[in-house]
Amino acid sequence: MILLGRDVAIIGIGSTNYTPMTTEYSYKELMFEAALKAYEDAGINPRKELDALVTAAEDFWEGVSIFDEYIPDQMGAVLKPALTVSGDGLWGIIHGYMLVKTGYFDIVAVEAHSKASDIDNIMDVWRIALDPHYHRPIVDNVHMFAGLEMMRFMEEYNVSREALSMIVVKNRYNALYNPMAPYGTKTDIETVSNSEVVSYPLRKMDISEYSDGATVVVLASREVAEKYDKEPIWIEGVGWISDSPNIEEWDLACPSHVVLAASMAYSQANIDNPFKEIDLAEVDDRYSYREFQSLVALDLTNGYMMDELVFEGVISPSGELPVNPSGGYLGMGYPLEAGGLVKLYNAVVQLRGEAGPMQVGDVEKAVVMTRREFPSPSSAVVVLGR
Amino acid sequence: MRMNIHFKNRVACIGAGLTLFRRRLFETPRELAWEAAKQALENAGMELKDIDCVVFGSAPDAFDGIHMQGEYMVDGAGGYKKPFTRVYVGGGTGVFSVIAGWWHVASGLCDKVLVVAEEKMSPALPHPQYVFHHIFDPITDKPLGVNLIWIFALEMHRYMYKYNIKKEDIALVSVKNKRNALDHPAAQLGAKITVEDVLNSEVLVWPVQRLDISPVSDGAGALILTSEEYAKQYTDTPVWIDGVGWNLDTTYWTNRDLAFPKYLYYAGKMAYRMAGIHNPRKEIDVAEVYDPFDYKELHHMEGLQLARKGEAPILTREGVTERDGDLPINPSGGLLGVGNPIAAAGIMKVAEIFWQLRKEAGKRQVAKDPTTGLAQAWGDLMQIGTVVIMRV
Repeated sequence: MILLGRDVAIIGIGSTNYTPMTTEYSYKELMFEAALKAYEDAGINPRKELDALVTAAEDFWEGVSIFDEYIPDQMGAVLKPALTVSGDGLWGIIHGYMLVKTGYFDIVAVEAHSKASDIDNIMDVWRIALDPHYHRPIVDNVHMFAGLEMMRFMEEYNVSREALSMIVVKNRYNALYNPMAPYGTKTDIETVSNSEVVSYPLRKMDISEYSDGATVVVLASREVAEKYDKEPIWIEGVGWISDSPNIEEWDLACPSHVVLAASMAYSQANIDNPFKEIDLAEVDDRYSYREFQSLVALDLTNGYMMDELVFEGVISPSGELPVNPSGGYLGMGYPLEAGGLVKLYNAVVQLRGEAGPMQVGDVEKAVVMTRREFPSPSSAVVVLGR
Repeated sequence: MRMNIHFKNRVACIGAGLTLFRRRLFETPRELAWEAAKQALENAGMELKDIDCVVFGSAPDAFDGIHMQGEYMVDGAGGYKKPFTRVYVGGGTGVFSVIAGWWHVASGLCDKVLVVAEEKMSPALPHPQYVFHHIFDPITDKPLGVNLIWIFALEMHRYMYKYNIKKEDIALVSVKNKRNALDHPAAQLGAKITVEDVLNSEVLVWPVQRLDISPVSDGAGALILTSEEYAKQYTDTPVWIDGVGWNLDTTYWTNRDLAFPKYLYYAGKMAYRMAGIHNPRKEIDVAEVYDPFDYKELHHMEGLQLARKGEAPILTREGVTERDGDLPINPSGGLLGVGNPIAAAGIMKVAEIFWQLRKEAGKRQVAKDPTTGLAQAWGDLMQIGTVVIMRV
């Protein structure tokens, strides 16, 4: 793989608020609102200037087959090259990035959304993702895998229950400062540690709730970005890797796909010492232990023990390496395929210094990472710079 | 969109693989995908460890009955511990996955890409057509009890009406493609039939009859794409992907003129511009256009500017589109003859152009000496056109 440099910039971002339930809007209206904000932010007219549209979506979340059919109108992308990536929004960013890098496309929009509240039986839909022969007959609840992974991770890295609860406390507290986040609250270690057991040792408050919303990001080539009046945020490195779909083959303590994706993104971005060079991390925290696990796999622990990271405030918004100051999935809710894009949105806001009360100081470089959920073996990492 | 003078990395196709296309294959989706991938790797003289990135294509999840199907397919498609993504644009996915492979290489991010497409339609019960019921808008269309044949009958009727085309002329496409497929080793429905057979076959939704339609199929296909540097290491006869194009029209298919596929016209224009083609009718030597229904071959030829509006049936009648004609169309046998495992069928088309340009198509080799070929697919709600142009 070759070294890349600053060729692709983020020139516009737009997002709806994320909510536990959206009875008043359809997904098309959510997409429209986010698109309008993003195009406004980028100062472009999509009908004239948009070269391509990338949507990240999965059919079964949408309740229709071939969801690709339903994307162009509300995005201002009728009769344009548009496509769907079946993956998280961060994969959408990676494909948009590659499209711009080919040299044929100047402005590409990336969209992802969630309407999780429309899904009556979301756990059944998760179950359909399991291998039909080996896993589906024996697994009722995909959180079971998280329970296994959590147990293994706690054992291997010597993590206390309190430290995990503290992650939940931290992220949900951070979310209070995020105007888009619905799950901000002041809670305490005791409440989290004593919440209902879902799949031991995983408890109810360790799991992020679902949320609805849409986010759109506008990417542009260097030529276009340099003419643009705001400071562009550059995509400096991308990595995306899939492991075996058979969960029994994974390293449950430290997911190898995250490690590989991170090294791919770091090498493109010329990062040798991630902890020193990166000022902000928006990483996967679908489950409380995931935040630690992601930091380990991204090589962002700097030799600290897990308990030290959280109790000594290393990863708090005012710490050495602020992690999920937006509130992460625990505070923003888990918006299905929009997850990675929401994290990217929040990282861009921080890089631009527009985060208001959420701002963690001067951010030069940020890393965004998300995993697709069980039983998916995939993860994506994007390094952003100013 | 910029002109082709700005391109940075030229993309080559150096290997192709295809499984049998059959109804009710015993192999699981993963096994099918790997069978095709392995063939393509062997064809290119590579091993899986040489591959940088994997692109997987498959149309709706509902056929295989697995949510997040891309994730389930990772190891079967050869994506274990590699950058792997699944892209989809409905029926156009097959050719589109090649386009996605193209931008992996053209962006400079990957050097050697394996593109795999797989589809297993036959497990859907009672019939795959029921899956297609769920592609329609749940509020405005679905309550009408629509399926795909229903809306294509509308389109076919409109096309016939607007250009005053007779069913006999359209049936010639089915006759030609099924005959061509007799020479294709993977073909499901190669046959010697006559125009009368088509006209006398069972009416499904007038004017669509049974022999106007491609079958339900299972199958998989794979291609290897590489950068210029690696192409020269692995082969003396690479086939270059010089142009790609795709274009998505509005969701509201009821508001379009169904007689002419405007989206395909734009997709074609994008690809022609990238490849520097000014007169497609003259410069394209062989084309694999998407033919899930016989009238679609004609419709798509017009959309791609390979024929003027309403002219495609005349070219067909005059034998221009035969293998020994001036503009051979679907020398493989197309979807009507070889079969239609949706995404895999698109790869089959690109693979056929690959073989034709390398002169490796055996009995299917077209009479003229082809240097430029085109493969195209189409999908969603009669909404997207995907085009790949290849050269030697």
